[in-house]
Amino acid sequence: MSIRIQVEAFDAGAELNALHAANLGIGAVVSFVGYVRDFNDGQAVAGMLLEHYPGMTEKALAKIEVEARERWPLLTVEIIHRVGVLEPGEPIVFVGTSSAHRQAAFDACAFIMDYLKTRAPFWKKERTPEGERWVEGRCSDQQAAQRWDKF
Amino acid sequence: MIHVQYFARYRETLGIGGEQLAWQAGLANLDSLREHLLARGGVWAVLAEQNLMCARNQELCGLDTELADGDEVAFFPTVTGG
Repeated sequence: MSIRIQVEAFDAGAELNALHAANLGIGAVVSFVGYVRDFNDGQAVAGMLLEHYPGMTEKALAKIEVEARERWPLLTVEIIHRVGVLEPGEPIVFVGTSSAHRQAAFDACAFIMDYLKTRAPFWKKERTPEGERWVEGRCSDQQAAQRWDKF
Repeated sequence: MIHVQYFARYRETLGIGGEQLAWQAGLANLDSLREHLLARGGVWAVLAEQNLMCARNQELCGLDTELADGDEVAFFPTVTGG
């Protein structure tokens, strides 16, 4: 289990290789990297501040990982989420999953991201030419998470 | 005592990140705590938002979750990480 909340940037390629190196039974590695965009909701974005709830964040991510492992036969899971000040083009989040076969790794990676977006206590505040604004939650994120309820 | 925390937009609107409240028998669950805070009026109306999220002892929960003396409670807007 590896969950990291950090201010520093991460090297997604190195994280991906590390996921695979951990276990020769791994036949599939899937990863997701989220980046800061320079545009959102009709406005240019010059950067953002990521706030979180220290203590709860780690617990929430650990719980999501446990749930993913209960649903799929995963071998390794890595979740990295950055906090603090971020500029457009910078990576925000890394989720990597591995398993013997691809489907479990694909599904678990999507599941972890969908749950992270709706259950982990992070908040984004964007800097735009018209000032700062808090990003609002999206219905589409809630719907994406709900699709896993059927299982 | 109940340790209450506010995050992101709520923290800014309320002007505080958290506070200690004396435990009292009327605080049966998170919703009664929220009602108690709403009664302060003014900026506290932000806690009436429909998409408010809350946590008890650092775990997401519903407003009907029971409260106990010594709990850590948090109120925050919809999360937007990832």
